[in-house]
Amino acid sequence: MAVPKRKSSKTRGRKRRTHEKAARPSLSVCPSCGEAKLPHRMCPHCGTYNGREIVAEEKKENE
Amino acid sequence: MRHRHKGRKLNRTTSHRKALLRNMVTALLDLEQIETTDAKAKELRSITERMITLGKRGEDDLSARRQALRVIRSKKIVAKLFNELGPRYADRPGGYTRIVKVENRRGDGAHLSIIAMVKEPVTFKDMKHKRAMLEEEAKLREASERKVEEEPVETPEDVEAVEVEEAAAEEAAVEEATADKGEAVADEPEAPADEKPEKKED
Repeated sequence: MAVPKRKSSKTRGRKRRTHEKAARPSLSVCPSCGEAKLPHRMCPHCGTYNGREIVAEEKKENE
Repeated sequence: MRHRHKGRKLNRTTSHRKALLRNMVTALLDLEQIETTDAKAKELRSITERMITLGKRGEDDLSARRQALRVIRSKKIVAKLFNELGPRYADRPGGYTRIVKVENRRGDGAHLSIIAMVKEPVTFKDMKHKRAMLEEEAKLREASERKVEEEPVETPEDVEAVEVEEAAAEEAAVEEATADKGEAVADEPEAPADEKPEKKED
């Protein structure tokens, strides 16, 4: 059975892991309130999407 | 291959899935707006639209009413479907529901959506398909009419020919070095209002 000849060093392992990163979320700007929001999604700050109100403001605060 | 595999299983057995969706249609028609996962909302859309179509068949259609009762769990909601929703969507050619994605659920990160009954009045855009059909008909009608009236098409060409002749006349007048004649020819196509100030100057 093939087996590693050497233990991989701390440096080597860490170098390999430099590419393991969390992806940055792609955000867009809400056209009605200007806050950052996820694209193609209702704005969680003002409850609108494409200029339409989906969730009333009061209801949002209770959540 | 997922050929001919329609719909989502939603990780449920057939009976569980059917029961779930029946509950959900009843709730959506009652509350007009509910929040669920993307996948459930998309499944629900098709069932709800089918119910509305039944509702549009009219209060007196007993067959439609019984078909609706086979899915919807409450007689009260079926009554609402036929008395309120049917007339409300009478002019809308489908597309009675709208799905808007919402932030993912905290806890399991599930993709959530709000599915709601469309309340805006029917716009020109909603009738796009119907409009396209009407335009197609209009085009065919125009094409058949065009064969009859070919004469008006020649008139623009005649106007152009006259203009060319006038230009030629102007050029000839300038070559003869008779300025008066050149002006006279040039003035002809212009409005009579231009001639009056010239006479005053004279």
